[in-house]
Amino acid sequence: MKKGKENRAHGALKRISGPVVTAVGLDAHMYDVVKVGDEELMGEVIKIEGENTIIQVYEDTAGIRPGEPVSNTGLSLAVELGPGLLTSIYDGIQRPLEVLVDKMGNFIERGVSAPGLSHEKKWEFVPTMKVGDVVKAGDILGTVQETNIVHKVMVPPRSKGGKIKKIVGGNFTVDETICTFEDGTEITMLQRWPVRVPRPVKEKLNPDIPLITGQRILDGLFPIAKGGTAAIPGPFGSGKTVTQQQLAKWSDAEIVVYIGCGERGNEMTEVLTEFPELEDPKTGKPLMERTVLIANTSNMPVAAREASVYTGITIAEYFRDMGYDVSLMADSTSRWAEAMREISSRLEEMPGEEGYPAYLAARLSEFYERAGRVVNNNGTSGSVSVIGAVSPPGGDFSEPVTQNTLRIVKVFWALDAKLSQRRHFPAINWLNSYSLYLDALNEWYDREVSPEWNPLRAWAMGVLQKEAELQEIVQLVGSDALPDEEQVTIEVARMIREIFLQQNAYDAVDTFCPMAKQYDMMKAIKRYADLARTAQIGGATPQQVVGIKSKNELVQIKFIKDYEPVLDKILKDMETEFEAMRAA
Amino acid sequence: MKEYRTIAQIAGPLIFVEKTEPVGYNELVNIVTADGTQKRGQVLDTSDEIVVVQVFETTAGIGRDSGIRFTGETIKMPVGRDMLGRILSGGGKPIDGGPEIVPEKRLETTGAAINPYARAPPADFIQTGISTIDGTNTLVRGQKLPIFSASGLPHNDVALQIARQAKVPGSTEEFAVVFAAMGITREEANYFMADFEKTGALERAVVFLNLADDPAVERIITPRLALTTAEYLAFDLGYHVLVILTDMTNYCEALRQIGAAREEVPGRRGYPGYMYTDLASIYERAGIIKGVKGSVTQIPILTMPGDDITHPIPDLTGYITEGQIVVNRDLHRKGIYAPINVLPSLSRLMNLGIGKGHTREDHKKVSDQLYAAYAEGNDLRGLVAIVGKDALSERDRMFLEFADLFEDRFVRQGLYEDRSIEETLDLGWDLLATLPEEQLVRIDRELIQKYHPKYRKKAQG
Repeated sequence: MKKGKENRAHGALKRISGPVVTAVGLDAHMYDVVKVGDEELMGEVIKIEGENTIIQVYEDTAGIRPGEPVSNTGLSLAVELGPGLLTSIYDGIQRPLEVLVDKMGNFIERGVSAPGLSHEKKWEFVPTMKVGDVVKAGDILGTVQETNIVHKVMVPPRSKGGKIKKIVGGNFTVDETICTFEDGTEITMLQRWPVRVPRPVKEKLNPDIPLITGQRILDGLFPIAKGGTAAIPGPFGSGKTVTQQQLAKWSDAEIVVYIGCGERGNEMTEVLTEFPELEDPKTGKPLMERTVLIANTSNMPVAAREASVYTGITIAEYFRDMGYDVSLMADSTSRWAEAMREISSRLEEMPGEEGYPAYLAARLSEFYERAGRVVNNNGTSGSVSVIGAVSPPGGDFSEPVTQNTLRIVKVFWALDAKLSQRRHFPAINWLNSYSLYLDALNEWYDREVSPEWNPLRAWAMGVLQKEAELQEIVQLVGSDALPDEEQVTIEVARMIREIFLQQNAYDAVDTFCPMAKQYDMMKAIKRYADLARTAQIGGATPQQVVGIKSKNELVQIKFIKDYEPVLDKILKDMETEFEAMRAA
Repeated sequence: MKEYRTIAQIAGPLIFVEKTEPVGYNELVNIVTADGTQKRGQVLDTSDEIVVVQVFETTAGIGRDSGIRFTGETIKMPVGRDMLGRILSGGGKPIDGGPEIVPEKRLETTGAAINPYARAPPADFIQTGISTIDGTNTLVRGQKLPIFSASGLPHNDVALQIARQAKVPGSTEEFAVVFAAMGITREEANYFMADFEKTGALERAVVFLNLADDPAVERIITPRLALTTAEYLAFDLGYHVLVILTDMTNYCEALRQIGAAREEVPGRRGYPGYMYTDLASIYERAGIIKGVKGSVTQIPILTMPGDDITHPIPDLTGYITEGQIVVNRDLHRKGIYAPINVLPSLSRLMNLGIGKGHTREDHKKVSDQLYAAYAEGNDLRGLVAIVGKDALSERDRMFLEFADLFEDRFVRQGLYEDRSIEETLDLGWDLLATLPEEQLVRIDRELIQKYHPKYRKKAQG
């Protein structure tokens, strides 16, 4: 790349300490990709210190000796972007895992490289621009039917653009020229983009459309906007992974990027086997057709884990540039932070809080800032919503990764181990969670769901809050000591929890709950609460009101697809029962 | 092989050697002391100036006059079919008086990561015969499910009962057991050995013993040798291997010791910052590979210092493993065996191995309902302590009684009692039947009609 400096593009190893190695005699720039040792392991420059170049290596360094060669490629760590990304399963540095199995068997050995995209496969390119059109960076030149998703082929962001001299449709590999400008620039379907640099956009938009997930507690109470950021912290065993997988399956984003960062192999396998079998509720096609998976399990090299998050978000941004809504799940950012810590400690850097590097907060905010709903340079609008899991050690939310994350993200879904022990799923604590998008999204709910929805949500939150206060009293004196009215409040709160908030991810119907059904369910609970209130004013005892049988049927609604007739019947029965009570 | 006598510094288990030829990272090192004793070590850090070697045995006797030989290769473990039935030291040498292992292969002990794409999802239900595991925290082949325990609790009995009774119902394949002891006492080791011998399990077991008085640093390689053996038995020979690692707390202590000797920046409670990655390189060596016959299932045991589940060792372990079985002191005090508290216990792979075609269609819902009811009853105990039983509502009283009943009948079982999954689930239904039917909100009506004892009896009568 950098011609005339060839002589200094090669150096020698001086020191090896786990994933961090030191080379001498090498000209390098920060974040250049280098080949380390006789086996040419892939590494990245992370520090330059006098004559020493310090490199993090993406593969196991066992057996590497001082004196072995190091060569600089002069390129930054970049991903290949183009048709073929969808349905792929990559490791942290965009090596397709399927290809790695073919090349080196069931275990991840080292020293094997594999391009992120197939360079042999031909894609049918259909131009949407014609000869003579003037295009600039980001503009869409044509399309490729990649899966059921249309892949838009764009002018690379750093191109000067120009007037099209030649553009032809037909079958091409990603390396073949599909378009030539008058100045002779040749455009292929392949873009390379350095992962640590955000891809450019024209402007950021306000987050005023919710990302609908079909999960009642999320859509109903704590929604995330398209282009928003959310954090799911959770002590282990609180159902974090299931919640994230539900989001990946059901959120109404067109593209899903799932980063398994330092997580369990078997769980990753579950995702890898489940996604291809899952049907996309909207298209009926396999969910995998709109998904890119990145799997860097906890025992794969730590430096690749550090890179995996950047690899994922760069791919997400690329699809956003085409005008798609992308949701990106990072599970878990704590493992990513730990990878930073591990490498920082090998660099013998001065540690910040709990041994994490001082730049932890900066790295986290840089990452989350890459989310957003934007107008792209080509005039389309798209979004990247980022949902990051954090795994606070010992469930202690005061630790640095959780704290620094909460300073940035707008939505917090507080998973609670106590709830999951009680088998309340999703185990999201309704008292500690919050969404700062509520105000921005109010208008959308008014328009798309019902003007009644926002007051209804406020009512439900009020009841739940009230319940929490009452529970403290109940803990001390027992529920019989409560005033009559509050005893019913407790019952209504229980209904909200058990009917509305609890949702069974493994039930074919309940796993996804459309917004309209959420509204109907909440309205039905409110209906009971109102009837109960009227009955109590009319002199009914709490036991009578709580004893209404038909309301117990409401819970069944969750599991019924065409629920309306059943719900109508229950509501009618409820009215009849209350009527009978009044008559008595 | 060149021998160096250029030791610059010895600190704890580490020796620093100067002026060497290029030495590979993680290379195996032989050390010969002045009196001719051989010791082994591994390169932790290498540069053209100084090489840091971690010695697996005690550094007693090592001095400036000791000879250092770098072997030029990373640690490899000789493995062979005749390892079954053998007892080896924590460093992999036979200590049962038998002959040396005839190696069929020499394998890297670090163990490469299984490509997630090559893994097959675990799906085979393992019946341990213990209701609290089978019913509510099901173990699945290829899973890593640790036992979180504490000093003075019968975790060894639980582990042995699992090793003894574990089977995949309807399958005739036998388990091989790889047992790795790290820093446990001679007495505990004898207890395990006696049980293995009594039940004949030793014939299909490979035992690695690093006892309390063996060098602590050797514990760093013991689990890796054990897992290398397990992977060989599973993926080369097609055995279904159950690996028991005890006690991981001692392993982590050894890790901390080395970190301190290297003067590393410590993480939480003095444990090294890379402990997560290090533990992952052990625990992740479990699973099933597509198209390969065997499997590795891991049951690591760890004792939580001060019964504290948020201590870094159980905490990091819980983030890597697929759940945990928590042994509880209160239940043990009540005289209940197996004292497993189902509330903080979890099997993350449970849903893959239960239900129709695996166990029984009602399994998931029965388990959820038992959990929920027990959790509610358990919460009420705190209330009763304040207001007395009389202040409870009728409903609350039923749940309170349910919690007691659950502990007494579902949790409590004999050391040699091997319950089938049907027995466990039916027992669960019997307990649930003590609650009013409308309280069983987590079970759909169809299943209630089919399995609830009330209807079952009607159907039979």
